[in-house]
Amino acid sequence: MSSVFGIPPQALFGQLLIGLINGSFYAILSLGLAVIFGLLNIINFTHGAQYMMGAFVAWFLLQYAGLGYWWALLVAPLAVGLLGVALERTMLQRLYKLDHLYGLLLTFGLALIIQGLFRNEFGSSGLPYRIPDALTGGRNLGFMVLPNYRAWVIVFSLLVCLGTWWVIERTRLGAYLRAATENPTLVRAFGINVPRMITLTYGFGVALAALAGVLAAPIYQVNPLMGADLIIVVFAVVVIGGMGSIMGSIVTGFGVGVIEGLTKVFYPEASNTVIFVIMALVLLVKPAGLFGRAQ
Amino acid sequence: MIFSRLVALALAVALAAGVAEAQISDGIIKIGVLNDQSSLYADLTGQGSVVAARMAVEDFGATAKGMKVEVIFADHQNKADVGANIARQWYESDKVDVIVDTPNSAVALAVNQITRDKGKAFLVSGAATSDLTGKACSPNTIHWTYDTWALANGTGNAIVKTGGDTWFFLTADYAFGHALERDTEAVVVKNGGKVVGKVRHPLNTSDFSSFLLQAQASKAKIIGLANAGGDTTNAIKQAAEFGIAKGGQNLAGLLVFLTDVHGLGLPTAQGLIFTESFYWDMNDKTRAWGKKFAERDRGIHPTMIHAGVYAAVLHYLKAVDALKTDDGTKVIAKMKETPTDDPLFGKGTIRADGRKIHDMYLFEVKKPAESKGPWDLYKLRATIPAAQAFRPLDQGDCPLVKK
Repeated sequence: MSSVFGIPPQALFGQLLIGLINGSFYAILSLGLAVIFGLLNIINFTHGAQYMMGAFVAWFLLQYAGLGYWWALLVAPLAVGLLGVALERTMLQRLYKLDHLYGLLLTFGLALIIQGLFRNEFGSSGLPYRIPDALTGGRNLGFMVLPNYRAWVIVFSLLVCLGTWWVIERTRLGAYLRAATENPTLVRAFGINVPRMITLTYGFGVALAALAGVLAAPIYQVNPLMGADLIIVVFAVVVIGGMGSIMGSIVTGFGVGVIEGLTKVFYPEASNTVIFVIMALVLLVKPAGLFGRAQ
Repeated sequence: MIFSRLVALALAVALAAGVAEAQISDGIIKIGVLNDQSSLYADLTGQGSVVAARMAVEDFGATAKGMKVEVIFADHQNKADVGANIARQWYESDKVDVIVDTPNSAVALAVNQITRDKGKAFLVSGAATSDLTGKACSPNTIHWTYDTWALANGTGNAIVKTGGDTWFFLTADYAFGHALERDTEAVVVKNGGKVVGKVRHPLNTSDFSSFLLQAQASKAKIIGLANAGGDTTNAIKQAAEFGIAKGGQNLAGLLVFLTDVHGLGLPTAQGLIFTESFYWDMNDKTRAWGKKFAERDRGIHPTMIHAGVYAAVLHYLKAVDALKTDDGTKVIAKMKETPTDDPLFGKGTIRADGRKIHDMYLFEVKKPAESKGPWDLYKLRATIPAAQAFRPLDQGDCPLVKK
């Protein structure tokens, strides 16, 4: 049997697919961060906590309201997005004129508080959340068994990512948004409510995080720490892709997932450090990130 | 780029969080519970161990006996250097007399050495590595609840004897995982089985799909999970998703705790077989204690680690009371020569190498239909008698044991 570096090609193909699936989480999360940073100049460290809250809202809905996964997919992003809007209105809005550092400190502090409260209430072992009935099981692709749910995650997140990119880069609304970040005064002169647009953008970025949380709930335990574990990696993805670059964060998200997946085959011990090695290398060669523009 | 510097700053802030609380005092027996308060082992050790230690102090009747006992705690964040620093500070400036619990074998091995250097006492409940009573054994350490050898012996034997003779290991890549894998592999090989592959994953891995795929490709009958806490629950949950059982392979959770099973839920966890030394629903005494414990720990029922902390602290206080000193080396020696007796583990002994000896139990997770409540999770499959449950004294290479 032929093999690549001692791994049969079929197994390798399976690992590539797994990498893409994990990459889709990185992509959705880093996309949200990129949108928020690109349009608000806020480094949103609560992103991990908002991802976790998305998963928890899904769990609450099932536990207390009897609403299943499909409802959660709709309701959780809305609910957490609304919380994000409230956060932007009451706190973040006051920080736009200041250095990035203040936004980072505020969001980081909030993330610690939110995670601490959830951990205190729900513990660290996590809560069970089942895969929806329509997506249980898997199909045998010959080289691996692909769980239906994972196939759904990859297709759905690709659609969300590309949809977001299309709205921001190709529609009139997106053009307003981009213009408003370049020159808010001028855009306001055209009669557009810039602060409201920015608030909604933050809400949208947060909703993306919550959406990723709902997608993750059936795969990982619904756990207060799930965001803290992931957020650092996602930030590394954003740094590699280039802060604020929409397409960059999508492509890098999937790419990093694949690289991490391959590391798990060839040298599993390094699988949680490889991303940071890549980040360091990219920063040395292209400080603005692979897809970023130097300012 | 400024952003990466900001990330580094934020990380530094995150790592600095979690500082020991302590007061300086004399004439007080000070018990320091050092464990994971915030991460993947926080439910199975964490505040529960602090509650257990406090319950032991109360049930011992320390105040009535005129003893002043204080329980403090700190979070070692699963980092050996953080744990070692806290241990040093506790012993050197905070007048802590005994450190208890300390899950995470890497941290426990570090604290084990510091305790020995300082002549204090170390009561291990949370950590698993059998090296603590093997080549790293110490006159200042007692290993109470379980160890990797006992887990391997209980679960490994049972599985190989029922036909699971080819194994693939998913191993947490640090001292604990390595020890558990080593001890289980020895049992598998001894019983005529074979290890066909292994993969070492970093601590706190959330996605196991890649590793599960490798395990699937190995065609091993048994996938041995040499990990714990969140790593184990994630692996079990995702194994179900990838149809591991349908493909004819079975999972062996080598270290599974009550809180893990509760977190997974019975539909996912049912049928899982593993070894533990304590379950709250064993007899009237354990039930009464478990109920009292749950009332004080947010409804969470005690794991065997919590039970071990309680019993070890109780036995420690008895020795201190008998000797009227809290000198670590003397108290540990006294604990070893006194037979143990407590409501949770019954009567037992402590060997010269520091190993506490009691029965171990092979449990199976109930089917959803068999369970009568949210914490009614296990049924007993077999009792492994104390004499066979732990590694024989002469096989551990402990320098304290004369050959």
